[in-house]
Amino acid sequence: MPVEMITGSQAAATAVQRAGVDLVVAYPITPQTAIVETLAEYWARGELGGEYVNAESEYASLAYCSGAASAGARTFTATSSHGLAYMHEMIHWCAGARHPIVLANVNRAMGAPWCLEPDQIDSLSQRDTGWIQLYCANAQEVFDTILQAFALAESVLLPCMVVFDGFYVSHTYEAVDIPPRDTVARFLGPSCFAAQVDPGRPANLHGLIGAEAQSRLVLSRHRAMERVWETLREINDRFAALFGRSYPAVEGVACEGAKTLLVTAGSCAETIKSVLPALDGTGLLRLKAVRPFPARELRTRVEASGAETVIVVDRNCSPGLGGILAQEVKAALYGAAAAPPVQNLILAGGVDLTPWMLKRILDGSLFTGGGGPDREVWGVDLA
Amino acid sequence: MVRVEHLNQTFLRTKKLPHIWCPGCGNGIVTAALVRAVERAGFAQRDVVIVSGIGCSSRAAGYLNFNTLHATHGRALAFATGLKLSQPQLKIFVIMGDGDCSAIGGNHFIHAARRNIDLNAVIINNYIYGMTGGQHSPLTPAGRKSTTAPAGTLERPFELLELARGAGATFGARGSAAQPRQLEQLIVQGARHKGFAVIEALSPCPTYYGRKNRQGGPVEMLRALKDSSVSVEGASGLDPAELSEKLVTGVIYVKDAPEYTEQYYRSTGKEPG
Repeated sequence: MPVEMITGSQAAATAVQRAGVDLVVAYPITPQTAIVETLAEYWARGELGGEYVNAESEYASLAYCSGAASAGARTFTATSSHGLAYMHEMIHWCAGARHPIVLANVNRAMGAPWCLEPDQIDSLSQRDTGWIQLYCANAQEVFDTILQAFALAESVLLPCMVVFDGFYVSHTYEAVDIPPRDTVARFLGPSCFAAQVDPGRPANLHGLIGAEAQSRLVLSRHRAMERVWETLREINDRFAALFGRSYPAVEGVACEGAKTLLVTAGSCAETIKSVLPALDGTGLLRLKAVRPFPARELRTRVEASGAETVIVVDRNCSPGLGGILAQEVKAALYGAAAAPPVQNLILAGGVDLTPWMLKRILDGSLFTGGGGPDREVWGVDLA
Repeated sequence: MVRVEHLNQTFLRTKKLPHIWCPGCGNGIVTAALVRAVERAGFAQRDVVIVSGIGCSSRAAGYLNFNTLHATHGRALAFATGLKLSQPQLKIFVIMGDGDCSAIGGNHFIHAARRNIDLNAVIINNYIYGMTGGQHSPLTPAGRKSTTAPAGTLERPFELLELARGAGATFGARGSAAQPRQLEQLIVQGARHKGFAVIEALSPCPTYYGRKNRQGGPVEMLRALKDSSVSVEGASGLDPAELSEKLVTGVIYVKDAPEYTEQYYRSTGKEPG
């Protein structure tokens, strides 16, 4: 297969082109813009296959996608940070309408004040909306996950957010295997989910309903999320057979017999992997899926490892509670046999995880200041 | 003999300089015109507030030594509306770009105009989103190229001053970075006008718009701006075909109408503050 040196953003755009998308809607925002710019170039060369339009805002971008998805179109848009926040009403709406839209979100901090750094708070703030959220650690995974996201979203009829860190993934050039379009087509055929808008059978969509009906719909979305696990396994099996790569909901590295397990999502996992060989007794659990949250899988893995400590690396923070992934991990481990204490390294603001920082966390020199078993360390305290 | 006149240094945050704008960008010329306009209008430094949104234009707030507020994308006028309502004595200049003001900010723009609130909107129009690397905006002329329209945009642009007039703005003027003295005068007139004043300031972006559309370098772009400019008086003698090639500069319209903040306090009987 042809290998190209491209950025995470270019990998995302190339995957969208290979996926045979029907509609791309664009609105610029740093650090996402290169995705829609690359797709514009495909379109201008007549190589996109589908349509490409520019919107007047991020909100409008997702509304255009919603309209097109109502007609059965495979749609894509990309955004970041304030753009995603501005979409918030439409983010809920598209999940409720069961539109299998794929959206790439490039992580960036939220203002005020203005900050471009890769904090994950933008996408994690949207975790209760009913979108599948898949986090990527490198450019190859971005490419592969976009393809898988279309298959997954259209299978369970939920929108899917493909998330990766600004700059560390979006702007870094890496070698990416790019299968040709006909090979991709063997994995992902044309969209075949039913159009909601059918001129032959006119209907009023999304009108007013009562609490009981709304409750049933929310529950149906929750159950659709439950179907993600089996569907994702099937998709990974087919993907691995064609391309030799797969991305389980939780990726484990050196977990067996590890005394300490590091847990994170996104490109921090790449740094951890690069240091693991030098760290005896330390393993990594990387959360690929954050919604649905792989609680059962995570608990099983932690129990099987026999680890004494779990350290969650969060490039985000929910003020008043702490790192968001740490809270989710604690909830997942509640009631587990001999659940280990969960400590939290908080890199809110998009602070870089360095090997030096990891070593100090693991040798305990940062956790000597007392406190209970569930301790927090803020990245800014490490300087 | 060219008379060199320095900008009022007390109106600049000199520690923040040099600015981040590209060589040849017109934003510095527009910002300097604004500084001179504030001085010429005789406003006290403490009474002046600069509100900006997001984009290259909006970086101006960081370099200006007044009360300055760097707001969210497209929402500068909404922030400024709240500020003006609570402190009506303030002289508020809202610096926006074409993308900032007319895309996400379009709704706030027409509603500020509808209320005729006493704000001075200075829109630096360089036909492009510069900060994100050159995407077309709702003011980019049809057919022009951008990174998100490599073959040229199909979309028709807003005529910004007419949009504002239709929405209720009571002062509309157009100037450019090619004629900074005129621009300075227009900003002064807008600032002295009671009501919503819109000043469209055309400005070259050689880095993105110019390069994508083969407009030449900064000198060529400024010269083209100057050559295509015609005053309101000069335009009155041109036929529509000639006029369509021109950029009409000066005060395009001005009229009296009730100002929102005054109306508000009169109706409530309260004193501001």
